[in-house]
Amino acid sequence: MEIKSVPCRQSFTDTLVELAKEDKNIVAVTTDARGSVTLTKFFKELPEQAVECGIAEQDAVGIAAGLAQSGKNTFVCGPACFYVARSLEQVKVDVAYSQNPVKILGVSGGVAYGALGATHHSLHDIAVLRTFPGMNVFLPCDARQTRKLVQKLVKFPEAGYVRVGRNAVPDVYENDDFEFELGKATTLLEGDDLTIIGCGETVYHCLEAGKKLHAEGIKARVLDMHTLKPADEEAILKAARETGKILTVEEHSMYGGLGGIVAELTAQHCPVKMRILGIPDENVVHGKPLEIFHHYKLDAEGIYATAKELIK
Amino acid sequence: MQTKDLMLQAEVNRKRLVEIVQIAKAGHIGGGLSAMNMLTALYFHVMKLDPKNPKWEERDRFVMSKGHCVEALYSVLEKRGFITKELTDTYGRFDTPLAGHPTIEVSGIEVNSGALGHGLPIGVGMAIAAKMDKKAWHTYVLMGDGEQGEGSIYEAAMAGSHYKLDNLVAIIDRNGLQISDTTENVMALEPIAERWSAFGWDVQDINGDSMEAIVEAFEKIDYNCGKPHLIISRTTKGNGVKLMENILKWHHGVPSAEEYAAAIAEIDARIESLTK
Repeated sequence: MEIKSVPCRQSFTDTLVELAKEDKNIVAVTTDARGSVTLTKFFKELPEQAVECGIAEQDAVGIAAGLAQSGKNTFVCGPACFYVARSLEQVKVDVAYSQNPVKILGVSGGVAYGALGATHHSLHDIAVLRTFPGMNVFLPCDARQTRKLVQKLVKFPEAGYVRVGRNAVPDVYENDDFEFELGKATTLLEGDDLTIIGCGETVYHCLEAGKKLHAEGIKARVLDMHTLKPADEEAILKAARETGKILTVEEHSMYGGLGGIVAELTAQHCPVKMRILGIPDENVVHGKPLEIFHHYKLDAEGIYATAKELIK
Repeated sequence: MQTKDLMLQAEVNRKRLVEIVQIAKAGHIGGGLSAMNMLTALYFHVMKLDPKNPKWEERDRFVMSKGHCVEALYSVLEKRGFITKELTDTYGRFDTPLAGHPTIEVSGIEVNSGALGHGLPIGVGMAIAAKMDKKAWHTYVLMGDGEQGEGSIYEAAMAGSHYKLDNLVAIIDRNGLQISDTTENVMALEPIAERWSAFGWDVQDINGDSMEAIVEAFEKIDYNCGKPHLIISRTTKGNGVKLMENILKWHHGVPSAEEYAAAIAEIDARIESLTK
């Protein structure tokens, strides 16, 4: 795994700083997480547009809602595990239900905190947030896509949740010449034998597995489902019709996330053979993120092996 | 508005609140009645508002954090001209825009509320936004006293003083009762004034059943003092309807035909007396 780019969280905040210098209405809110979010530069260079709330996520999300309600283009940024648990009611009521277009950046999501354990993991965020009317959910897969996402989000009139990891990840997109549209999955590999769909950091591993399958003559289609809500139903159903088999891969509980989205849709409109790779209903094994990915078959090796089983 | 006119208006609003609860056969009437003087003072005297232009940029902002007492707010919004009587009459019907807690579907309501402990953080965000934009408008947040059990309030109390939000006024409708018992039996709140003073707030402890005291409290507020403001408005739950005053079961409840007639007669008598 060659890593050339900055972590997605830094790509997010670097882009936000650039945009916030041009648009003084952009505000960043955080909870003693300037370092972990990589907001230090934003706070240093744009102190008039920055709000520190201390370790108080409920307050931070409520404040963000009040800022947004008063016309501020508000980004509340901190560890995903806390914003989608401790302050979940504020996200539900003050942001989503009240239609305040706050953008929530959840960093170090999924199992990015590795051995710190379940207090710091966020493996339920997709499942929970996609049931909130008014909330949109995004898991970008690399630094370049994250940058394009931020550029879209500053003009996006609804609430949104973005989950990124902690460490730098390999580039899925090796230059800026790629299409990125909210709500539209990106096809990374064409093929009609099966479809592998990933989101967030699993996308790179899906692509690697797909390349290996192609090398063996198995034409795997690989989709990058960066937007979980609204999910690209057209791309999912097209994949179901054209490939007949779908494997989903997510750094999330195997219940209610990407696999759930695809299963709900295909079961009703085009039933297909499916496998869902994710975290099972157990406390996550302690380890580094990539060790955890390997343990639960979320890496290229596990995805490849599962795909082979699926097409048998 | 003069204080006597505000007292009259509060009675008119109180009467409409009782009517609304009677029409819908539902509502948190006790806490609505206790807060009615304060709501009337805010909407008819204190806040800069334009019912014809509810999103007027320079308006003062109000957050009904004790959202369950929405019937009192509907009464005030109707009498102040934000919503029509025809609309208010739909409260309790299927598919009405008027929910049992405040929603932004209703003209004059800024945020959806009803989950307790949310209003003050939102108010802090609004007040910070006003400071950032150097705007003169103020933010007012009305909380319940039972609501003071929610920890998120104290996160916002810290932020309010940290950011020196002298453009923010929080109010506690201190009626002493919550759904299951007195506040002091459920989870003691006193000494509220000392607690909030310790958080760095400019605190006034007043008799909220008295319109004179409410008007005076707002006159005393220095919006440039560098501190956020708290008014502890000591009230009577069910204030203005004798048969409901200080009785736990009227946290929510619908009067019988006889109780309704007695309540209306009592309020009408005060309206008549204040009209003279």
